[in-house]
Amino acid sequence: MKEQPSFLDELEAEAIFVIREAYAQFERPTILFSGGKDSIVVSHLAQKAFAPAGIPFALVHVDTGHNFAETLEFRDRYVKQIGAELIVGSVQDSINRGTAQEEQGPLGNRNRIQSVTLLETIDRERIDCLMGGGRRDEEKARAKERFFSHRDAFGQWDPKNQRPELWNLFNGAKQPGEHFRVFPISNWTEMNVWHYIRQEGIELPSLYFAAPRQVIWRNGSWLPVSDFISLRAGEVPITKTIRFRTLGDITITGGIESDADTLDSVIAEVETLRQTERGNREDDKRSESSMEERKKQGYF
Amino acid sequence: MNVLRFTTAGSVDDGKSTLIGRLLYDSKSVFIDQLDAVAASSKRRGTELDLSLLTDGLKDEREQGITIDVAYRYFATPKRNFILADTPGHVQYTRNMVTGASTADAALILIDARHGVVEQTRRHSFIAGLLGLRAVVVCVNKMDLVDYREPAFTKVCEDFEALRKAAGLPEVHFVPLSALVGDNVVDASGRMPWYQGPTLLSLLEDLEPIEPAAASDFRFPVQLVIRPRTSEHHDFRGYAGRVAGGRIALGDFITVWPEGIEAVVNGIYLGSQKLQTASYGQSVVITLDRDVNVARTSVLSAGSQPKREASLKARLCWLDSKSHQPGLRYEFRAPGGQGQAMIAEVAKVLNLDTLEYELGDGSLGTNQIAEVVLRCAQAPTTEAYSDQRIMGGFVLVDPVRGATVAAGMIQ
Ligand SMILES: Nc1nc2c(ncn2[C@@H]2O[C@H](COP(=O)(O)OP(=O)(O)OP(=O)(O)O)[C@@H](O)[C@H]2O)c(=O)[nH]1
Ligand SMILES: [Mg+2]
Repeated sequence: MKEQPSFLDELEAEAIFVIREAYAQFERPTILFSGGKDSIVVSHLAQKAFAPAGIPFALVHVDTGHNFAETLEFRDRYVKQIGAELIVGSVQDSINRGTAQEEQGPLGNRNRIQSVTLLETIDRERIDCLMGGGRRDEEKARAKERFFSHRDAFGQWDPKNQRPELWNLFNGAKQPGEHFRVFPISNWTEMNVWHYIRQEGIELPSLYFAAPRQVIWRNGSWLPVSDFISLRAGEVPITKTIRFRTLGDITITGGIESDADTLDSVIAEVETLRQTERGNREDDKRSESSMEERKKQGYF
Repeated sequence: MNVLRFTTAGSVDDGKSTLIGRLLYDSKSVFIDQLDAVAASSKRRGTELDLSLLTDGLKDEREQGITIDVAYRYFATPKRNFILADTPGHVQYTRNMVTGASTADAALILIDARHGVVEQTRRHSFIAGLLGLRAVVVCVNKMDLVDYREPAFTKVCEDFEALRKAAGLPEVHFVPLSALVGDNVVDASGRMPWYQGPTLLSLLEDLEPIEPAAASDFRFPVQLVIRPRTSEHHDFRGYAGRVAGGRIALGDFITVWPEGIEAVVNGIYLGSQKLQTASYGQSVVITLDRDVNVARTSVLSAGSQPKREASLKARLCWLDSKSHQPGLRYEFRAPGGQGQAMIAEVAKVLNLDTLEYELGDGSLGTNQIAEVVLRCAQAPTTEAYSDQRIMGGFVLVDPVRGATVAAGMIQ
């Protein structure tokens, strides 16, 4: 037994505490599961928090319809393995129903309208708490968010009027129709997440590791070729050895050139990277406050 | 300690966000795309590289040029990890400063060398003292605007001494610096040869604030009961929580509160891992050798008896924009109890001009600090805040709106 707990142990203890608080304070707490490393880490922590009992949360996946094939395979395998219920909210269904409208124009994507589907799923399933893998080091608006983050009946975040959050006393009181977003790994950095994945031996989708992939060069990063994007004039698919630092909608998640094909080499690489991990996501590049604006409308 | 959590404090525009930006920038903790974005925003605003934009991330903050809510940032040097909270100086957002300071070990109190100690410096220093921050660095900022002269620095240090005593701050260090130019933040300044002390960063690397709860008697507030109900773990009943004081080992006797019944610890778990001991700060599951009534807000303790009183003397920081009026009821929330409570008496309120507690009229307005007597419907299990931060802190919640209206520290 180590006498001095490491920084990682402290972050783990904090996250487990937060996850248990969410379970204790809400009626229908769930985990927003994107298939990315952060939501996988949150799910792993949730298992640890309740062992030897099973994980008491359903996993919610908002399916944009534009997925890496592997994300869906991984998701289905993962929920079976941990024995959790899976709730899927489909963006395509929202579009078919007419509650969401596909963005037009060459830069159109489904990132923003995910919020519609997410809020519809929250309503339909009577979810009052969504835990997610959001971290404060990801983005400047996220840096401002509480562990227990209140959402009004329209799913909106009000950054100018957040509740005080004292010590570890989280206040999940709400009015009917309102809900909370809870962020157990708020205080983790990308580096902490990777070290934790290694320490715990957590399995990840292979998209995080370098391999030859068909890509095009668009908006300053390598975008994977898929059925969901149409090539623009001058774009030629080529094969490059790349990996992804974050996983999201396949039409906007760019990869980086890399030879890191093992956990150790990925960690060594992340240590030297001078760009943030969201630097390759088109959704964040739109304007100075694009994340804040999306969060105000119910985005994660 | 391999991690230091610190917060900024001080009046509006004294340079807190700029200092944090400078600390991150000079310690090479800023990513290229973040820096590009800050450079572009600065240009759009017609200024040179404005480092405060590294933490002032909200649209309204950038438009108004002030901080509204706490920003958390992370960086590491070869010596240790840092979690820092940059808080607002504006009096309207004091509740957010309290939020940032409540989880910090140390505070950086910024003072503009030209203006010295002002009302918000006093308010924030008192809050830092109330919250029991163990170490304070007074950053005398904007030395570039007073020609880097020593008397300006000395004057602020002397003025701060009276405040330090009144606010009950323990260890205090003073650094003359310029957040804008970068003097004495990460790199030592050649412009103030009269100052021989450490730079801010090296001070932060060496601070060792002591957390008394780590060495206190064992306290374990229960978050929830774990009952797997599977054939393999049919009779398993575990109590999940985070150790709020001291440590415990297998075979130790504990007492379960509120019942006051003794039992022996026969299992400590972290996930599927079996542990021999659990120490301050660890989140674990504990099993006992006999059936005892344990639920959320029960407390397992060893050694001295915890406080078990329905009537509690406490210091209160009123956070809500709606003021307190005599007779109103609240929900009391602490790790060792939750239930109805009322403020039986507002004994004294703090006067920030005289730095003394004075008789009040029974009401409490936004940002007021007071000594009160609280009456709880059921006695919670608590400790004095000065001995144990987690067991001694509580919040009051408005039962109708759900708002967190006050932060309390048990005396
Ligand atoms: N000359 C000079 N100006 C400074 C210095 N530090 C900060 N400033 C300026 O002071 C102004 C306020 O700085 P901020 O960092 O936003 O102040 P703050 O304390 O974070 O303000 P709030 O968060 O709103 O309370 C800005 O115009 C800064 O450029 C300094 O060392 N020297
Ligand atoms: Mg500021």
